Amino acid sequence: MSFLFIEPVRILLYLVGICAFVGANAAYLVLAERKGAGRIQRRPGPNEAGYAGWLQPVADGIKLLSKQVMIPPGTDRLLFCLAPLMVMAPPLICLTVIPFGENLFARNINLGLLLVFSLGSINVMALMLGGWASRNKYAVISAARVVSQNVAYEIPMLLVVITLLMVTGTMNLNEIVQQQGGGFWHWNFFKVWVNPLMPVTFVIFFICMLAETNRAPFDMAEAESELVAGAFTEYGGMGFGVFFMAEYANIVVGCSTATVLFLGGWQSPFIILSGPVFGPLWFLAKMYALILTVIWVRWTFPRTQFYGLLNLSWKILIPISLFTLLLTGAVMKLPLLLHHLF
Amino acid sequence: MKMKAAILEVYTGFVSLLTGMRITLGQAFKPVITVPYPRRTLKMPARFRGHIQFVIDPETGKSRCTACKLCERACPSECISVDGAKLEGQKTKSVTDYKLNFTTCSLCGSCIEACPFDAIEFSKDYNVVALSRDEFNHMDLIQRLAARREASMQNQPPAAPPEPAAPTPAATPAATPQPEEPKVS
Repeated sequence: MSFLFIEPVRILLYLVGICAFVGANAAYLVLAERKGAGRIQRRPGPNEAGYAGWLQPVADGIKLLSKQVMIPPGTDRLLFCLAPLMVMAPPLICLTVIPFGENLFARNINLGLLLVFSLGSINVMALMLGGWASRNKYAVISAARVVSQNVAYEIPMLLVVITLLMVTGTMNLNEIVQQQGGGFWHWNFFKVWVNPLMPVTFVIFFICMLAETNRAPFDMAEAESELVAGAFTEYGGMGFGVFFMAEYANIVVGCSTATVLFLGGWQSPFIILSGPVFGPLWFLAKMYALILTVIWVRWTFPRTQFYGLLNLSWKILIPISLFTLLLTGAVMKLPLLLHHLF
Repeated sequence: MKMKAAILEVYTGFVSLLTGMRITLGQAFKPVITVPYPRRTLKMPARFRGHIQFVIDPETGKSRCTACKLCERACPSECISVDGAKLEGQKTKSVTDYKLNFTTCSLCGSCIEACPFDAIEFSKDYNVVALSRDEFNHMDLIQRLAARREASMQNQPPAAPPEPAAPTPAATPAATPQPEEPKVS
């Protein structure tokens, strides 16, 4: 087994594994989304291709691949072609540091959390490039919306993460998971003795993640009823497909991060059934539960108006997250201070 | 007080979001209410108005029409033309030719109301589609009656209890009532 730890082999394994994971997830999360939408609306969803529609992603993929790639005249060709790549790269890189299991990760980086959030922000730039290069009013409006939305939601998200960092004291995702071992009451989500508002911070994180990945009810980037398809309006064929894959890859990254930060990563909720085999399974179970919740939220709530979206961030989420930040600091440091004084 | 009101507003708003999510989750686990159309069809409601057709007299197995032409006269769009002849050994005339121009019919039902013998009714056939309008310029109701009788003979052989619907040809899926199947969930 020692050959597995040789550097080139490891890089190759990572590339193949992550690309396969992201591709399969993108394909089948689209199906899950459509099935979930169908069930919530009391219809079966796609059920014609293959048994119960299981081959629908294959059919969609073939359709998208066989379409002609159209570059409208007057666009910035380089940026137009570059945008799908740039939107796909950040989630792929982010998945390097996500620990799927105790020993199942590509890189154990000390500043893993920082990497995830810095690359998560680049995603916005890619959408903006795509919208700008399209030379289309809808796309440009969408790009502007994406930027202001992401700037607005980055703040509460990072405040929440800072709160969490004060609790964990490390940016290494593996260590963060290891700290949460030994039963679900050790998960950050339930650490109410550190911060009585810990579940609230999780909710804020989740809402910000929805906004950062441009998911309904915050899907201002591709508000179909207003902006045709937003930043992707001029894209067809696999260019459009890559944007969609990137959206789902971002959801995977966001939900994995939420799992690692709040729900104990690969730790078993009960002390039993842990280990190198069950760890990744627990991780995937938690991650997919969150992803299904994302889908569930999308088909429950209508799209917010834009000022509602910004109001939610600036007037509700940022004050609450600032308050939890202060509260956590107080709970952690006040006893020390009192100890010093008296 | 303002602070308290703001916190209360956020709290009630969040609770209302959770209520919405509970409702959609509840709906997600209820059975599907749509029907996979070409494979299964719904029974048309009793008041559905398709094109008119002859009623099959359960005693004789034929039409009750006597070619009195009241329907022809009642029709506001003049889309019915009836012809009849007195056959030997029969007291009344019987219909020999009944043409409906379905392209101008507005499904008003005056013909059905005018008929003194209840010989015509609305069919439940909604799959009326063709590549050319000539198909519906002269719909021959007598021919259609014969086709229906043949189909019902095939489906229900005489002197046998009515059996649960055999798979019917896709041409007229709605014409044959199907037993209520358990909904696919």
